[in-house]
Amino acid sequence: MLRLALKDLRILARSRLLVLTLILYPALVALLIGLALSRAPEQPKIAVVDQIPRDVPVTTLAGDIVDPASVADALVKNLDAVRVPTRAQAAKLVKDGDVLAAVILPDDINDRLSATINLFGGTPPEIEVLVNGSDPVKARYVKSVVDARIADANLKISTTLTKVVASYLTKLLNGGRLSFGDQIRIDVLGLRESKQRIDAARSKLPPGSPERRRLAAVSEFAGLALDSLDGSANSILSAVSQPLQVKQTSVDGRDTPLETFAVATAAIVSLMLVSLMLGAALLALERTEHTYARLVRGLVRPESLIGSKLLLAGGLGAAVAFALLGIVSAFVPLDWSSAQSWLLALVLGGAAFAALGVALAVLARDVETATLLAFALALPLAFLALVPQNAVSAGLYDVIRVISAAFPFKPALDGLQRGLDGEQLGGAALHLAALAAVYALAARLGLRRLRT
Amino acid sequence: MPADVVTQAREDDEPQVILRATGVRKRFGSRVAVSDVGLELRRGEALAIIGPYGAGKTTLLEILAGAQRADSGTVERPRSGVGWVPQRLSIYTRLTVLENLRLFAQLEKVPAPEEAVRRMLILTGLEERKNDTVSKLSGGNRQRVNVAIGLLADPAVLLLDEPSAALDPRQRARFWAVIDRVLAARRAVIFTTHDVAEAARHSTRLLVLADGQELFAGPAADLVVQSGTAPGADLETSVVSFLHARGH
Repeated sequence: MLRLALKDLRILARSRLLVLTLILYPALVALLIGLALSRAPEQPKIAVVDQIPRDVPVTTLAGDIVDPASVADALVKNLDAVRVPTRAQAAKLVKDGDVLAAVILPDDINDRLSATINLFGGTPPEIEVLVNGSDPVKARYVKSVVDARIADANLKISTTLTKVVASYLTKLLNGGRLSFGDQIRIDVLGLRESKQRIDAARSKLPPGSPERRRLAAVSEFAGLALDSLDGSANSILSAVSQPLQVKQTSVDGRDTPLETFAVATAAIVSLMLVSLMLGAALLALERTEHTYARLVRGLVRPESLIGSKLLLAGGLGAAVAFALLGIVSAFVPLDWSSAQSWLLALVLGGAAFAALGVALAVLARDVETATLLAFALALPLAFLALVPQNAVSAGLYDVIRVISAAFPFKPALDGLQRGLDGEQLGGAALHLAALAAVYALAARLGLRRLRT
Repeated sequence: MPADVVTQAREDDEPQVILRATGVRKRFGSRVAVSDVGLELRRGEALAIIGPYGAGKTTLLEILAGAQRADSGTVERPRSGVGWVPQRLSIYTRLTVLENLRLFAQLEKVPAPEEAVRRMLILTGLEERKNDTVSKLSGGNRQRVNVAIGLLADPAVLLLDEPSAALDPRQRARFWAVIDRVLAARRAVIFTTHDVAEAARHSTRLLVLADGQELFAGPAADLVVQSGTAPGADLETSVVSFLHARGH
């Protein structure tokens, strides 16, 4: 088995392109992943037509000043904003593809915002977004970006509204002055002072008089209102402005950062491509060179032939993926104390992918067909394994789960993620070992068909 | 009848048979590839198997080599084994001549692999090209490597499947010179060919197959007689006439 593996290694080493690919591939992928994860994402480029009058702040009834420019700033936060003076210019930039989208902030935003904040009614401010509809993917991305920014701006306004309403309530309870613009000011007595005055007036009435009983009911109502609203108004209003709070708990006790997931995915994709395609190519080579019949005529047991392919294809795939992790660790911190677990996941994954490649090679007559078959099978199945639950219908997801369980990508990814998280591989190791055994057995049975 | 009974033919009772096949049959689906064929081979003999395309020549040779299982019949091989040179080159074209020979010598578990490799390089005249990758060799030299691998284990019988099909006349002459040396070393050779003249020139006996059936076994002169062709007719004409008379 070792002799055959060394022979294959020698043949592989004769192909400079293959050697170069095996060395450069992990380095290149690792660099790309590392740079992508260690740098902040590019800000989307959006044209902004800002027609908001800067010198006309919006004043609330409580006397607070809301600067519409701050709302505009919330809108363009985390965007690469290209400011243009007119809607036509913005539309041209979008159409030419110079920007992803354009946001039009209208000049009546102050009036509408004032009406909304001061609870006068009317139509809330409206922001127009221009997108290039010819590219649905880009349009969808732009929509999600702009929706997120508008949600931020809305939150800012609703927080202001909450403050305003809380201020009104405070004044209704404790008394104070309400302002409507610069001219109109109204002094409010307040519920607390009102109760005190009622109680004072009531004490001066003769006991048992009907007025005294009526005033007692009014005083009781005022006391109840004070007890209910005093101190809890702000928290109630805050709850109304942001009714949903998020507390995320991982049910399987794991909390894998996105970076680790990305690194693990890159490593397993590399492992898959190298081990699967090499496994397929190495067995197919014996058929292309017509050496298969000569070997199994008594020189080599078919099991040894399969074993030699698994050893080389699985081993090289694991080495390439491990090298990739080593290079990535220069950019993304990885816990090297659990490197043994990573290696175990990669070796088992490599063996499973290589065994599948060898089994596929039994179906093909030459190297080209075998590798094409392996490649054509690998990419869609890897993609399927990454489809999250609830992204598709329950029935379809069940089908995907079954397919993903029969393909080594998902268990290899799960195993490596566990390894990178410093955990034991657990069921993933058994799953991969079982897949390697099943595919190796399938290859063995397939070879029997070739010989007779 | 067992599917593939392989026993050991005796080598020590010269000039007795060193390879014997009896009642060999093989089907591929509904097609009969070899039907009840038997043969015997002695040391120093060269048996040429001829016949039209699809006659079952390659299948019979593969069964004799152990590369293919017969559905029924027996094959008795010599203790020293059977060397097999398949129709298509069965060597690693990205390895050198030396690497190919060393690999197969090790896989054949030849007692002194380096000595066996050296001997084969001398026999096939490939010493000067031993460090060349096979892909850089001519068709003739590749076929010599193919033959050298078949002879590495020093087998008593060498089976050659259309060995000269892809060779030009000069390469063919060199190739047969190698085979003559093999025969001179008291080994036996079975080869298949479509070239009737070559079969007559390099064999001691002929085996004619058609549609998997054995139609003739014996010296070429007897075939000419049985074909009923005019005296002085060449062997090719006689073979064509012989097959035609039997519906092939």
